Amino acid sequence: MSTIDDRTSTASRAGFLAIELDGAGWNGTGFGSTEGFASLAEAVLTAESAGFHVATFADAPVAGRANALQRAAYAGPVTRTIALVPEVDTVYTEPFHVSTQLASLDYVSGGRAGWIATAAEFPETAASVGRENVSGSALAQEAAASIEVSRRLWDSWEDDAVIRDVATGRYIDADKLHYVDYETPAGFGAPYSVKGPSIIPRPLQGQPPILAPASIVGAGQVPADAVDAVLVTAPTPELLTAEIRDVRHRLGAAVAIVGELDVVLDARGQAAGERAAGPASGRARYVGSAAGLVDFLEPLLAEADGVRLHPASLAVELEELARLVLPELRRRGALRAPLQDGTFRDLLGLPRPASRYAHPSTTAAAGK
Amino acid sequence: MSQHSSADVFVPSGTLQLGVFFQGVNSGTIWKAAESGSQTDFESFRRIAQTAERGLFAAFFLGEGLRLREHLGRPHALDVVGRPDAQTMLAALASVTTHIGLAATQNTTYNDPADLAHRLASLDLISGGRAAWNMVTTDNAWTGENFRRGGYLDHADRYVHAEAFVRTAKAIWDSWAPDAVASDGAAGDWPADGAVRRVHHEGQHYTVDYTPRLPRSPQHHPVLFQAGDSPDGRDFAARQADVIFSAHPQFDAAVAFRDDITERTLRAGRPANAVKIMPASEFILAPTSAEAAEKKAWVRELQIGPQQAIAYLEQFWGRQLDGWDANGPLPDIAPAVEETSETRGSGFHGAKAVELTAQWRQEAAEKGQTILQFVRAKAARSDASFVGSYSEVADTLADYARVGAVDGFNISPWLIPTGLDDIVNHLVPELQERGVYPTQYRGTTLRENLGLAVPERAAAGEPAVR
Repeated sequence: MSTIDDRTSTASRAGFLAIELDGAGWNGTGFGSTEGFASLAEAVLTAESAGFHVATFADAPVAGRANALQRAAYAGPVTRTIALVPEVDTVYTEPFHVSTQLASLDYVSGGRAGWIATAAEFPETAASVGRENVSGSALAQEAAASIEVSRRLWDSWEDDAVIRDVATGRYIDADKLHYVDYETPAGFGAPYSVKGPSIIPRPLQGQPPILAPASIVGAGQVPADAVDAVLVTAPTPELLTAEIRDVRHRLGAAVAIVGELDVVLDARGQAAGERAAGPASGRARYVGSAAGLVDFLEPLLAEADGVRLHPASLAVELEELARLVLPELRRRGALRAPLQDGTFRDLLGLPRPASRYAHPSTTAAAGK
Repeated sequence: MSQHSSADVFVPSGTLQLGVFFQGVNSGTIWKAAESGSQTDFESFRRIAQTAERGLFAAFFLGEGLRLREHLGRPHALDVVGRPDAQTMLAALASVTTHIGLAATQNTTYNDPADLAHRLASLDLISGGRAAWNMVTTDNAWTGENFRRGGYLDHADRYVHAEAFVRTAKAIWDSWAPDAVASDGAAGDWPADGAVRRVHHEGQHYTVDYTPRLPRSPQHHPVLFQAGDSPDGRDFAARQADVIFSAHPQFDAAVAFRDDITERTLRAGRPANAVKIMPASEFILAPTSAEAAEKKAWVRELQIGPQQAIAYLEQFWGRQLDGWDANGPLPDIAPAVEETSETRGSGFHGAKAVELTAQWRQEAAEKGQTILQFVRAKAARSDASFVGSYSEVADTLADYARVGAVDGFNISPWLIPTGLDDIVNHLVPELQERGVYPTQYRGTTLRENLGLAVPERAAAGEPAVR
């Protein structure tokens, strides 16, 4: 009895760890493998075997960076447990394509897909696709619209829409496919509509989890109930816990909180402080020993649902994290066990939702 | 003089390449067979791609349809439907294959050139130089209802627009100089100053002002496929494409198509052998010809059942015909519309329904065909089928290779995921024995394996920028 209680309380305190795999995105070309990994596959496998629960893939426009969603897809078949979560822009993309691509990522990863929905100001991207630059509050409006389109399209095929009924010759039950008829709200910058249904059956997870920066989530922005988790940033490690509490208070308990942390570790005979730490990222930055990081992360993982680490140098930090940090956090009970055969929703403790278009009556009728 | 001959005259390579087209929609795949697997599970795609690679296939090919096909105002229910995004699936397959080309059908109407060119370049890098793009255009506002940009093209403008799009994509892929990335370059050291050109395009349909972000791949840029068959489509291919996914697999038609494309290619100022031709095709094979014929009957029966036959006619009659017996004669009632409305997603446009249905009734009556027999004959694309014993079909294909009627075939398996097994296990060795099929991959890029030249970087362009 008490054992069960202990486990439960440990599990509720334990968090997950995500790692940003930027820099490993150009596999197989001999180009840009500057982070010490021969390939993207090697990097993501190293992260998985180190015990990271989630790999994220940045997509902001940077020279040499391959498409994040494709990098995540590439990692799908070669990994087993790690969730694969690309950033995908919501402002200058076609929501219909985004929805289909993410649903497909869910298929190729066996239900381990997620989406960091981004909406940042990129005048160069706007110019590249001939659009007006979107800025300010309009960015969150774009994100909210694109997220809503994806969610509706993911539901537009009910789970049991593919029936393969030889007797009637029907591959699908057309009653279980739905138009989504999305229209942007009044006052939307460049209004649009999306008809649906999707061109791919419902994703394996039903609704792959959606993450977004906490800065674009809230009243008048992306509604809190439109996302499953938010990424929380603070200027210093000391301020991160307070910011996490603020965001949780602001958005409520239903949204998972992921703290953002840059990490520079003592490694390979060099003190962290001497290693090039790169330009300011706007995120809290931990600089120091692996043991100190463990002490910093343990309470943070109890406060947040998860923490995402941004290593200064992927190969260097990943080696230290795998060797010294994750094992000790596991020993202290601060980390959730990696999910075997689980989905990203399972990791976040989210049940698999029914399609919004599924009516109990039609389901029952079909079940007869 | 002799230096001109290789460029001015088509010279058969004497060999064939194979590609595989995982269709994922329509009636070609027999989903009703007990051995038919999932159309969406990754394992089905992995199985087909790895089997193809075992058979030294040049390319694995995915289609795209951006709105679900509809029938009488509802999603068409009788055929396979619902498929993954091509580039996402191909990026995943890149990690479990090593040599096979990965070809994505992508639409020029519902994408931005800078975004699509970036994603294709990305796939090309991720796969180590194995990506291809099958360029398609769509002009209907109906499909556009799924997109921000809507549908905005006049039918006549399709290729004008597509060509401007492709030129822009090529300029984007040409942007980085071959040496823009130092071989030992640490991130931040590249691109070298002046090694990247800015791409600027102002057109009727889009404006692009873009500094491309990716270097060239080992094959420089993705191989370009094209499938349009109209004179405009053929000229477009002759100017821009590397491979035509043609609709002319029958021998005489293939030879005529080759001659036509060679002429157009030369007129476009390209060498006679610049454009490869790989017709869409279906193979029904067995140890003996009798067994193959039996198998063909079984495949046809499962491809077009009674409900599909009736639905096929309904597209042209524009009304429900569910009271009609598929084993009886064609309906002797008039179609509901003067001119069939656009049959959504089936590629059938505005035929004169009254005229057509009358003609069909007459044709079926003359041949003594029931609805089922008539539709199976019409819909099965039997001209794209190669049916016979392994050695018979290998002999037939060897004739194509000798005269260079085609450069290969793009095979649509009718069974997922095992539909390539007998082709790879039995047909490929027969072709190899006849000396008309590769015995190993020539290289690791699609361009190498198709025998295509690496494109030269265009000399011109806007001033180099960082």
